[in-house]
Amino acid sequence: MIFNWFTYRKYPDFWKNYLKSFKQKQPKSIEETRFVVFDTETTGLSITTDRILSIGAISIAKNSIDVADSIEIYLKQDEFNTETVEIHGILKDGNLKKITENEAIKQFIEFLGNAVLVAHHTAFDIEMINAALKRMKLPKLKNKTIDTGILYKKLANKKDKLYNLDVLCDEFTIPKHDRHTASGDAFITALLFLKIISKLKKERTVHYSDLFRTSNNKGLI
Amino acid sequence: MKNTIAERIFDFLKNFPPFDILEKEQLLEIASNVKVTYVEKDTFVFKQDELPHQNFYIVKDGAIGLYRTMESDTILIDICDEGDIFGLRPLIQNDHYLMSAKANEESILYAISVEILKEIIKTNQKANKYIIASFSSNIKTPYAKTNSGNLFANIDTDTTFSEVQTAQYSKNPITCTKHSTIKEAALIMSDKKVGSILIVEDKKPIGIITDKDLRLKIATGLLSIDKNVSEIMSFPVITFPEKITIAEAQIAMIKHKITHLCITKDGSPNSELVGILSEHDIVVLHGNNPSVLIKELKRAKNVETLKYVREKSSNLLKGYIEQNIPITFISKIIAEITDAITIKAIELSILEMETEPPVKFSWLALGSQGRKEQLLITDQDNALIFEDVSQENYENVKTYFLKLSKKITSKLNSVGYKFCPADMMASNPKWCLSLSEWKQQFNNWITKPTEDAIMLCTIFFDFNFVFGDKELVTKLSKSIFKSINSFEIFLNFLGRNALKNPPPLGFFRQFLMEHDGNHKDQFDLKSRALMPLIDAARLIILSHNIKDKNNTISRFNKLAKIEPQNQDLYLSCADSFKILLHYRTEQGLKNNDSGRYINLNTLTKSEKLKLKGCFKPIKDIQDLLNIRYNLAQMM
Repeated sequence: MIFNWFTYRKYPDFWKNYLKSFKQKQPKSIEETRFVVFDTETTGLSITTDRILSIGAISIAKNSIDVADSIEIYLKQDEFNTETVEIHGILKDGNLKKITENEAIKQFIEFLGNAVLVAHHTAFDIEMINAALKRMKLPKLKNKTIDTGILYKKLANKKDKLYNLDVLCDEFTIPKHDRHTASGDAFITALLFLKIISKLKKERTVHYSDLFRTSNNKGLI
Repeated sequence: MKNTIAERIFDFLKNFPPFDILEKEQLLEIASNVKVTYVEKDTFVFKQDELPHQNFYIVKDGAIGLYRTMESDTILIDICDEGDIFGLRPLIQNDHYLMSAKANEESILYAISVEILKEIIKTNQKANKYIIASFSSNIKTPYAKTNSGNLFANIDTDTTFSEVQTAQYSKNPITCTKHSTIKEAALIMSDKKVGSILIVEDKKPIGIITDKDLRLKIATGLLSIDKNVSEIMSFPVITFPEKITIAEAQIAMIKHKITHLCITKDGSPNSELVGILSEHDIVVLHGNNPSVLIKELKRAKNVETLKYVREKSSNLLKGYIEQNIPITFISKIIAEITDAITIKAIELSILEMETEPPVKFSWLALGSQGRKEQLLITDQDNALIFEDVSQENYENVKTYFLKLSKKITSKLNSVGYKFCPADMMASNPKWCLSLSEWKQQFNNWITKPTEDAIMLCTIFFDFNFVFGDKELVTKLSKSIFKSINSFEIFLNFLGRNALKNPPPLGFFRQFLMEHDGNHKDQFDLKSRALMPLIDAARLIILSHNIKDKNNTISRFNKLAKIEPQNQDLYLSCADSFKILLHYRTEQGLKNNDSGRYINLNTLTKSEKLKLKGCFKPIKDIQDLLNIRYNLAQMM
């Protein structure tokens, strides 16, 4: 990225801190790395017109999911899509404490820091965050990312198909509590991530860098 | 802020002690600080002697085995499954782990910071008491499983049996005087293979030295080994009277951060030392300990508890088989528990009757239970003898005992010892008889040995007294031997029966398989390998007029003494029997069945060879029977 002092100066503090965190030396082992597993619930599947309704994120460090290091955010959005309510169950004027999109993104970025982002089918959730960042006139996320869907394919040596979270929950006997809430799905994905890594390790030595490599040696992002 | 994940963890924890007695906010605080860990099968959570982690663990899914290694043996102490806590004691006592925790299957654990728990138990007295009493030994309490609902309604949930039991302490404590040197004390300790030594003066304990003292104060070079023991001993010692309960002992150890308690005559430091109670004694007691099970049985008030203990004893059996404990020891323990369950079922049934038994009676276990060889749970076989009564009373008395027997057999059935399909049970009017009737019955079998009679003999001859008046049984035994002596050809018939099943190997050293029925092409371990040995042992022991040997292994051992010329054969029969019984039990546990039929394809080469090795003595003992009873002519 070309460094532009002029735009940098305009950034809010939380973004400056976010950028700074990447200057720190990052650990190179799975055990020492902080992973943030996250999921979003949205009004729909369009990156341009739909909006984020909630973000759930939880961290993994030293092979443990740390419940204390987690956030669960609900967003005030003008966009509303009655059709997806039955999936995520978030009402426009429900009882949940909601915050503005700007505040939500700020909290999420502060929570995230330089951690490695993990999600099931990362691309969509990351694009939704990036779209929100763009509305705030901020650049895209800089974190390394891991897609548990692709990680699974690496484990199972499968190529073509996409595996949704429900299928993998069954395969790895993970109870589907709170499915289709951002936090619930993030937690399920975190368990899935631990299980896949542990299974991968059993097959062979897994290096930190392996996590970011697909079978054809392209990055996962 | 809403926290869906913490709420979900809260919902799980609130079902299990001690979390169920915490305030809602306290538990939510714990739930929001849980760390969730996944352990693959066969990986360790922690290892024995490691320094404690920051967290203790509760099993969310899966099963964690707790293992203790002593010298070269590793013993499975306990299995923790959903809702069980482990690894707490070392954190509170700031001690090393006494056991290793290994995942028996893939598991998800919630790790809970001990600091949070400590904060909470500071303010919650009830939780404090509970945690110290229940979880201090690092092992779950026998009743930690709350999913059994009100199954144990007769048991106060605040105190488990083991906690109110008197602790078993070592009655011969190793001691030295205060004038001994450290070196002398250490020599005594290594000679006696103990980890601690008490320093006594006028028979009173004044101090203690443990391995830890030697490690910290001597091996580090802090003090010379020629110094006096008083230089390094810990004092004063904590003393208790003989009647200390396990809960008291645990609390005292935690309170004083010590691992040994001195037991003195009146409990004060100024009275005579009578024993020492170590943390290890408690750990051993807490595990799947047969004496704990027997004690639980004695206190049981309903069939559900019997059933629970029976299931628990299956775990015990599994553990023993896994650890390769000698089968003679295992069968003794299991037989002891089975007998205790039967006795309790009888006692409970008598309580249910409107009146006390009208006359003396005794309850007999038959077949494998009678021989104390019943390891896996099987059908029940039993009989009842009652005292002779006058003719006019007979009907009433018999009705009473039949009614009682019905209650007993149906209780045993609910416990898991299914009704005998052939109705060989005391609830059958044929097997609930007066002493004279029984004498007559055996005499009939012996003097008219039809095929049916012989078959019944093989079951009824292995009777064993379980409950009631032993005198009745002794009288019956005497009468049986009298009948046999007056009709010796009976033994030949019994012998013919013993040879009914030919040796298990065919001409080409192939296993003889079942040719038809449900078990076609399987090997019948019971009738082809175990029964020939059981039958042979019974026959020869009867021929020697020996009354009190009911168990196949002890029968062969006894025979080896009586007939020194055949000693090798008998001992190898005993060995074969041990291996086969062990093998059958293992198979039964593995396949969750009786272990009787073996699919040979599932055996490895070496297992097949081992089995074949057991068959040689079967062939030899059958040859011996053939010659001794001249059976070739009878066949």
